[in-house]
Amino acid sequence: MLTLNHISKTFNPGTVNEKKALEDVSLHLAPGDFVTIVGSNGAGKSTLFNAISGAFYVDQGSVELAGEDVTFKPEYKRSREMGRLFQDPMRGTAPHMTIEENLALAYLRTAKNQNAFFSRTTKAERQLFRDRLALLDMGLEDRMKQPVGLLSGGQRQALTLLMATLVAPKILMLDEHTAALDPGTADKVLALTRQIVERDHITTLMVTHNMNQALELGNRTLMMDSGHIVLDVSGEERAGMTVGDLLERFRAGAGKELDNDRILLSE
Amino acid sequence: MASILSLTTLQTALEVGAIYSLVALALFISFSILNIADLSTDGCYTLGFAVGATVTLAGHPFLALPAAMLAGVCSGFVTAMLQTKLGVESILAGIIVNTGLYTVNLAVMGWSSNLSIYGSDSLFSLAKGLSGAGWWVKWHELIVLAGILLVICLLVVFFFGTRLGLSIRATGDNADMVRASSINPSFTITVGLCLSNSLTALGGCLYGLLNKSCDINLGTGMVTVALASLVIGESLMGRGSIPRRVLGVVLGACLYRIIIAVAIGADVPTECFKLVSALIVAVAIATPQGRKLIALQRQKLAARKAGGAQKC
Repeated sequence: MLTLNHISKTFNPGTVNEKKALEDVSLHLAPGDFVTIVGSNGAGKSTLFNAISGAFYVDQGSVELAGEDVTFKPEYKRSREMGRLFQDPMRGTAPHMTIEENLALAYLRTAKNQNAFFSRTTKAERQLFRDRLALLDMGLEDRMKQPVGLLSGGQRQALTLLMATLVAPKILMLDEHTAALDPGTADKVLALTRQIVERDHITTLMVTHNMNQALELGNRTLMMDSGHIVLDVSGEERAGMTVGDLLERFRAGAGKELDNDRILLSE
Repeated sequence: MASILSLTTLQTALEVGAIYSLVALALFISFSILNIADLSTDGCYTLGFAVGATVTLAGHPFLALPAAMLAGVCSGFVTAMLQTKLGVESILAGIIVNTGLYTVNLAVMGWSSNLSIYGSDSLFSLAKGLSGAGWWVKWHELIVLAGILLVICLLVVFFFGTRLGLSIRATGDNADMVRASSINPSFTITVGLCLSNSLTALGGCLYGLLNKSCDINLGTGMVTVALASLVIGESLMGRGSIPRRVLGVVLGACLYRIIIAVAIGADVPTECFKLVSALIVAVAIATPQGRKLIALQRQKLAARKAGGAQKC
């Protein structure tokens, strides 16, 4: 579904602040893969997502999405087939617009709506939004006319998840999307994530700092360090792994201890 | 009150208020919705007059309005291109276009610093000829202006409910989210600024046609006037739904103009008008905060009373 061919990205090249954020990273995701990513501070996890989403163009290498070379496709065009959630629940929704208006914007990604500039939200679409909101089980379906700014962080993140998957994307990128939520809400949003990803068989990349989550969710785990993927486990090898094994393998791959001040080793 | 604000002055105030409403709506789109300070308002307002008057003089009184709006669209397009394609800071882009427009306006006016349409058929003179009734002759200008304003307001409200309108609103609210919804923010900013400047130019055009003659400095200070109207409107109606906010903008512009009319009626010297305008803007912006302070004092007072009662 997604192929990265030897991509590299250097920030501030030629200056004292030069930072090689990604170095010769290659990755191939099969359709339906659910990959968890862990890594030390500044390992390049978010940079990897930015390279895939098109927030910047990579210096070297190419990005392919479902067989199409999107290396130089601008972010807003790629987003038609990509969904992305950030750690900050405020980033994914427009606070002064209503829930319905936010969903209507997310629904623009459907091909038939791309050029319908002057069309308004139809009754059928409103019903679709209502049904999808009801799946969140947060009572949002009865608050569609309220501005999103009134919702809690967890509700906004759940809504963002719904918006990102309203039209099933080819790839879903989750950048520690539950890290800023309280534990109860985080569990709920995570359960929703799992439910939606399974329902639509969405190819998913998820950054987490919870080591248990990294092993428990999905079918494959990557570990990153200093712009490299140092560990890539899946299948039976992964099934039998414990957090201790994972750390051991990281040490072997990166040549040092995992260094992340927010990492959670246990529940 | 009657002596300060006669019916005639009120009528004039409402006529100018309707025109200011258009410019305030333009700033509502650029400033409140898109979150861009577009300072090309002054030049664009004059551009609207220059183009409208020139087309009227050429014998096309009805074409004057769309022509002026189209000129506004062009001006907005240049401002938008400077910010989205060439990376010019939005405030600077507006100032640059505003400066350039001065020469453009002179050129449109035939290199003369003022232009008069006395004697030629204009929108208002043709409207006046529709009926000989006394009330029509007296009120036709206000009725025509109110009609145009109503149509524009309805169009603006309708537009911001469409997908393109929603995208423009989201661009000012959360640009990250807009990109994630596969919309190009450069595109929405361009459309928004074109729309906004077409309304500014329409306002300038109507003002020129109403006054029958204007000079190159017509637009000076318009951005302050529009901002004042916008702020008054928002203190009056709050930041609710779009129809409510549009109504607030219109009410704000009319109220602003009426306060100015009262100041004129109260024999405030013309030299002091700028100070009066500044005071109005300051008071309008401070009103919500003032209300909060009063509410807090009341709460404190009530708490003190309750505390006193317990002691007894």
